[in-house]
Amino acid sequence: MTSLALTRESIARVRPGPAVAAVLIALFLLLFLVVPVVQVIFVAFQDKTTGAFTLINFADFFRNDLFMRSFWNSFYVSAMSVVVASALALPLAYLTTRFEFRGAVLIQSLGIIPLIMPPFIGAVAMQLLFGRNGTVNLLLRDHFGISIPFMEGLNGVIFVQSIHYFPFILINLSASLKNIDRAMEESAQNLGCHGFRLFRRIVFPLAMPGYVAGASLVFIKVFDDLGTPLLLNVNDMLAPQAYLRISSIGIADPMGYVISVVLIVCSLLALWVSALAMKGKDYATVQRGGGGLARRRMKPLELVAAYAVVLLILVLVLAPHIGLTLLSFATIWSFSPFPDAFTMKHYGTVFLESGQYITNTLLYASLAALLDVVIGTAIAYLVLRSKLPGRQWLDYIAMAALAVPGVVLGIGYLRSFYDVPMPFTGQPLSGFWLILVFALAIRRLPYALRACTAALQQVSNSLEEAAENLGATKLRTISRVVVPLMSGGILAGFVTSFATAAVELSATIMLVHSQSDAPLAYGLYVYMQSAAGRGPGAALGVFAVVIVGLGTYLSHVIIERGRRERGQDH
Amino acid sequence: MNHQFSPTSLAAGMESVGVRIDGVDLSYGSHRVLKDIHLDIKPGEFFAFLGPSGCGKTTLLRLIAGFNTAQRGQVTIGGRDISGLPPHKRDVGMVFQSYALWPHMTVRRNVAFGLEERRVPRAEIERRVDAALGLVGLKHLADRRPSQLSGGQQQRVALARTIVIEPKILLLDEPLSNLDAKLRVQMRQELLSLQRKLGLTTIFVTHDQEEANTICDRIAVMEDGIVQQVGTPQELYDHPANLFVAGFLGTANVLDGQVRAVDGGGTAFVTGGGVAIPLQQGVEPGAEGKLMFRPQNLVIRQDGGRQEDGPPRAGHVRLMGVVRHREFLGASIRYAVDIGGQQVQVDAPHQAGNALLPTDTPITLDLAADKARFLRR
Repeated sequence: MTSLALTRESIARVRPGPAVAAVLIALFLLLFLVVPVVQVIFVAFQDKTTGAFTLINFADFFRNDLFMRSFWNSFYVSAMSVVVASALALPLAYLTTRFEFRGAVLIQSLGIIPLIMPPFIGAVAMQLLFGRNGTVNLLLRDHFGISIPFMEGLNGVIFVQSIHYFPFILINLSASLKNIDRAMEESAQNLGCHGFRLFRRIVFPLAMPGYVAGASLVFIKVFDDLGTPLLLNVNDMLAPQAYLRISSIGIADPMGYVISVVLIVCSLLALWVSALAMKGKDYATVQRGGGGLARRRMKPLELVAAYAVVLLILVLVLAPHIGLTLLSFATIWSFSPFPDAFTMKHYGTVFLESGQYITNTLLYASLAALLDVVIGTAIAYLVLRSKLPGRQWLDYIAMAALAVPGVVLGIGYLRSFYDVPMPFTGQPLSGFWLILVFALAIRRLPYALRACTAALQQVSNSLEEAAENLGATKLRTISRVVVPLMSGGILAGFVTSFATAAVELSATIMLVHSQSDAPLAYGLYVYMQSAAGRGPGAALGVFAVVIVGLGTYLSHVIIERGRRERGQDH
Repeated sequence: MNHQFSPTSLAAGMESVGVRIDGVDLSYGSHRVLKDIHLDIKPGEFFAFLGPSGCGKTTLLRLIAGFNTAQRGQVTIGGRDISGLPPHKRDVGMVFQSYALWPHMTVRRNVAFGLEERRVPRAEIERRVDAALGLVGLKHLADRRPSQLSGGQQQRVALARTIVIEPKILLLDEPLSNLDAKLRVQMRQELLSLQRKLGLTTIFVTHDQEEANTICDRIAVMEDGIVQQVGTPQELYDHPANLFVAGFLGTANVLDGQVRAVDGGGTAFVTGGGVAIPLQQGVEPGAEGKLMFRPQNLVIRQDGGRQEDGPPRAGHVRLMGVVRHREFLGASIRYAVDIGGQQVQVDAPHQAGNALLPTDTPITLDLAADKARFLRR
């Protein structure tokens, strides 16, 4: 029997289809993820003139005051963003999971609204609202004679980033709070524990994994982000420094690469710390039939306080959206609480001048998203259903893209493909627009892959076996049974990838070669550089928000519909 | 299992108290889950709430622990009304169905938790935790995490965590339902011996009549939010108060018919087939109800091969029937017999070599009339 099973397995192993797919995907990942990143690391350890191995570049980095200041600034901004984001997320998560609260729906939308606007788009609007001469401070100065430096230097980055990223903590923390079995809490009460002690000793430790997951994600995202500091004109942080070195001094300068290595190492460290904190703590404790934590009704005073907190956070979260919309309709908005007058002309300008940006964005983002779901589905299938040796590595490598900041990928592409001439034209390959599509695809692949894997996990193996048993070939089975059943998840993955790729700036800004090839995010960045461009820039930003918002809404609808069709309620 | 019982640390100072439940009513919205419950549980008693799922037994248990609030009625423990107390002030130990061990704490920290909440001095905590873990035989696993333990071990930790605080009473919510069959039998004996050692008033919730019968002193059978009957396992089995209790504890044969007066005084239950079964209870003629008896109250007097078998034994009533199905159970054979349109179950003891009656065999049955009970509902 054993030998029979072995032969069967080895027959399955030599079937060519999966192997060919695996090799193609491996090649793609190698060429557009591994090689560029390894190239970056390699150059960082290379002597600029001789090409020999050296640590001198790192020594230079740590001796340079500007770089060290940038390093600590990046660290400080990321850590403070986690703190501020936690301060926003904790009360909201606590309110939704512990109380019977009508505002729960409001809080849920709070968790999504910020994510549909890339932080750098809102940054300029935030400056107009909260800056030194922004609406809030002008009003404060007029009425109370004080001003609050919300947006001064690093504060501005922290403010904008934490408002944008706090949903990561909110969503993860709420999920793990909801997963706590009510009996966990009741048994503590039964043994004499209650109130805040109960929260500190039982509830919060059990929710810790969710909190750490969210917090580390916020840390990494903020640490790696290029667009927000750039637009707020805060240049003494790591990602902007890397960008400025490469764009102003050139791709031969080793410091950009050294900074890239530091960015990667810090991302990995943060991931490692969070993995360490969560090791052996899979606390999904809900038993069958056991609901989440007990909820209670709020007393009138508590209710007032709860609504005050929720409304305050809602106003903060909506501020970039409101500011951006005002700005896009404003004639002049400077040194006054509100715009002087309103006009439609910025939208006209955008339509006349910037149609190119929008069509480019639609083309790039949809190609990248398509690539993502195709590769994502293939990897998910290979990992879960094939017996190819080493298939897990496709998953690992694709997921490793999470730890690669957009700036680093951009630098890697420049380095790897600049010297490769395009056929016929002879231009550098790194300037070819398809390269930008690949960069976007690699950046979004981890999310699409997780969506596809989750979708495939819900398709029972026996459904496939039934099709094969009735005479369908493997390929026919996949196309007629597996993919249709996965379609909800795949579609959701596509829409998410599309929406987020549409507003990606970090990699884009490095790789755009000519204005005519530029996508929306790049155009926005260019507009926002001049005071006159702010209006049209804001109008373009509104477009971006609408695209991402529609995308998010669509993927939500698709996922919900899929769930209903399957008759799942959780 | 090593049960080191140290009376100085656990049993000392624990005086058994009783529990009284007085006119408790509980509704969720318009759904009335508990309907006017009255119960009196004696000090040191091992008491069960038994009933099918949805009967309200767990709701009642959680009410005692303080996790549910009754709209009416009160619960007193040792003479003290606890209805208004929050859960953490009740001193009522509860073992949860899922055990609810905290995964972020070791076994020792789990067990120490309740004592820490009571601000017990550190040295005494250690001593009492050791004693409690010794009592359930898990001292050697004190530094493990709950996830590293088997189901039975987790169950014992949950028990140790609860009894270490020396609660006034112990509540067990289906504590054996997550264990496999063999372990369940072993654990219920351990539970019983532990309860006897500690003399701790214990309430046990279960839907399994065998569990309740084997370890409990008395049982409250519940259905539809109402306590149907309270009694020892034997009382409930032999003298069920109604058809629900009769059917829930063991197999019951139920016959339709009418109560009629008989010549010479007394009444008899007359079945649709015209057989009169004299009633021992004082039932007035014309009373609405049914007749119930157990499969072992019937004796197969005659099989299809022989016609002559003499008159029925004294105190027995003869029924004629046809075998419809049979189930071989090992120690006995259970026949389903059609007696004039109604079906009854009959248990016949089995010995090696005995032949089974084939289906469709006409047979006669003798029913011990004094074992049959007339039940109004």
